[in-house]
Amino acid sequence: MKTPIRLAVLALALTSCAKGTGGQAAPQEAGTFNPGAAYTGTITVMGIAGVDEVATTRLDLAKAALGGADVKRTEGDLDVQQFLSSVASGSPPDLVYAIRDQIGTFASRGAIIPLGACIEGEQIDVGMYDDAALAQVTLGDEVWGIPEFNQVQITMANAGLLDKAGLTIADVNGSGWENITAAARKLHQNAGGKLKVIGFDSKLPEFLPLWAKANGADLLSEDGRTARLNDPKVVEALTFAAGVYDTQGGFAKVKALRDAADFFGKGNQFAKNELGAMPMEQWYVNVLNDESPKAAMAFDAFRDKEGNPLAYSSGRAWAIPKGAKNPEAACRFAKHMTLVDTWRAAAQARVDLRTKENKPFTGILTGNEQADETIESMLTPGGQPWDTGVKAVYEANDNNFSLPANPAGEEFKKAWQDAANRVLNGQMGPKESLDRAQQEAQAALDKAWAGWTKRTN
Amino acid sequence: MRRRDTRAALLFISPWIIGFLIFTLWPVLYSGYLSLTDYDVINDPNFVGFDNYAALFEDPKIGLAFRNTLIFAAMSVPAQLVVALALALLLNAAARATGFFRTAFFLPKMTPPVAVGILLLMLFNGQSGLINSVLGVFGIDGPSWTTDPGWVKPGLVLMSLWTVGATVIILLAALRAVPQELYDAALVDGAGWWRRTLRVTVPMISPTIFFVVVVDTIGALQSFTEAYTAFFGSGNTTYSNDAALFYVIYLFQQAFEFLHMGYASAMAWVLFIVIMAITVVQVLVSRRYVHYEGRP
Repeated sequence: MKTPIRLAVLALALTSCAKGTGGQAAPQEAGTFNPGAAYTGTITVMGIAGVDEVATTRLDLAKAALGGADVKRTEGDLDVQQFLSSVASGSPPDLVYAIRDQIGTFASRGAIIPLGACIEGEQIDVGMYDDAALAQVTLGDEVWGIPEFNQVQITMANAGLLDKAGLTIADVNGSGWENITAAARKLHQNAGGKLKVIGFDSKLPEFLPLWAKANGADLLSEDGRTARLNDPKVVEALTFAAGVYDTQGGFAKVKALRDAADFFGKGNQFAKNELGAMPMEQWYVNVLNDESPKAAMAFDAFRDKEGNPLAYSSGRAWAIPKGAKNPEAACRFAKHMTLVDTWRAAAQARVDLRTKENKPFTGILTGNEQADETIESMLTPGGQPWDTGVKAVYEANDNNFSLPANPAGEEFKKAWQDAANRVLNGQMGPKESLDRAQQEAQAALDKAWAGWTKRTN
Repeated sequence: MRRRDTRAALLFISPWIIGFLIFTLWPVLYSGYLSLTDYDVINDPNFVGFDNYAALFEDPKIGLAFRNTLIFAAMSVPAQLVVALALALLLNAAARATGFFRTAFFLPKMTPPVAVGILLLMLFNGQSGLINSVLGVFGIDGPSWTTDPGWVKPGLVLMSLWTVGATVIILLAALRAVPQELYDAALVDGAGWWRRTLRVTVPMISPTIFFVVVVDTIGALQSFTEAYTAFFGSGNTTYSNDAALFYVIYLFQQAFEFLHMGYASAMAWVLFIVIMAITVVQVLVSRRYVHYEGRP
């Protein structure tokens, strides 16, 4: 109970110490970024967590490309307050590793610098990056981050349960919404008033953008300025995706069973035959392959109503904070972390490890289209159904979309997630909830864009 | 001599005074200034007068958060007091192993609040949680504690009883201080256990009860960690429940997720005023019901 008091004191102390830096970052000259220069000293990087063989290989290569400078990492995921405070107090890191959604917010507040000069000076070919990933770090015609990694969704299903119900993966891959509802009805099982098997989990609220896009709607206009949360097609998508839970006894029962599952372990929902099908991010294929390799699985891309593969992508990005002491070296480091050769070497390290463990290499989605192609050719077979799963992942990656960068990223996200949650909790109907979310989101966008205009003019 | 003592005393407490001035008073005053500005941590605070306070009245989530917080406080403070007093009375009556039970009751208080939040999700799971399993033994079909908006706050109240141990210890200390002669006299007068408790024990420990009520009320109005962990953070990165949106959670979101430090500061000051007002009311009411020894 005392935590809020401590939190408030910390916040107040923090804010009282903070010194505003004001205004927009002055763009640097391209000439200061020179691909032939060697750097000395130390560059500091904030936000890297969970260093594995892929990260280690890439970090080593990027460090070597600096020509002598050392790299000091702040362990752990990016702490936004710590980062912003460091910028405000004039002692930021040289490079920050953020979730791509955050880049628009950082850029609009002047916490990071535009990378035009860095890209030009270091001769970074931005054409190699995934279009959706690049869009997420582009605001006001400027690129503010170097993107990497992609998370995309595919359809994962329990083949045994599908067979028993006389269904196929095509019934649950999103291409026919009536089929999904029918499948959910057939697959779910109750006993003693309790839900024992979830037929179909539409994974709300997180995948609302995916269901909306599958129905032909975007939650946000391409320029990131206009919310479209109460578009009739979004309302229809939310009505359907939430309605799938109702056919199985309601969201409360589905969530309770989902919460009780050993999601990352051997007792996962597929291994225990507690889940029929769901759209899920690609990394879960690896979890299933590691923890329950004998599970009878079926995979396919998630598909829109026309049967086309579709995925809602997100990932990470490198950004250079305003006031960074060594932006040139930071730019070089970010470039080399995301080069095709670096990714190839990292993938080889993963292949070697997986081979040693007698496990298949299921690929890495890099956010770099050329690197993805290269790595796809390095895949090692894992037999069925895993190879089909990996194929679906690459199909999804080739057909992904993202929410455009905007200066009110967190508030916009909160608005649509709250809208979905109100429906799931039975507090509002889809239309009413999305109408309210539209108002909240548009107000936040208008205010944030006004701030952006004020700062950039 | 007195002046020298004063100087020495001031010298000894000066580290605390300096710490208080720098780390408490100054931030509090500065937050008052920030509440009159538009401030996002990065850029200079922009003076906006009382706009943030005016915006509070137009924000529907403020009303929701206040309602949630007040309902939670109205349920949790009496519940905690009754349970703590019952346990303290039991401990006071126990002849043996009171030390062990005191420790046992206090131990859950040592559980980090974040763990309590996660524990809540497990214990109150609508399908496989312990609470509903026990209710099932009695033929009761337990509710969806973690998703049904009508049951979210009662679940949080029940969970708050987990950490009632500290209050038990405070009340037990007060019970031990009640003079035995008063009980003996009541016994001679023919008063049973219930009457002795109501007419002797409760009046004699009423200052302690008052203290507990004030402190628990302030704590309840600032509730954050358990509800945030269970319904807004941890495993629920996207799922949330409006019924658990307490005032300080909304303040946290405004300050640290949306970077509206000015607005959040205004929220903090409004909460401070509300807590002050409630405490003043409690003090006024206490004059009628709280018995202080030696007071006419």
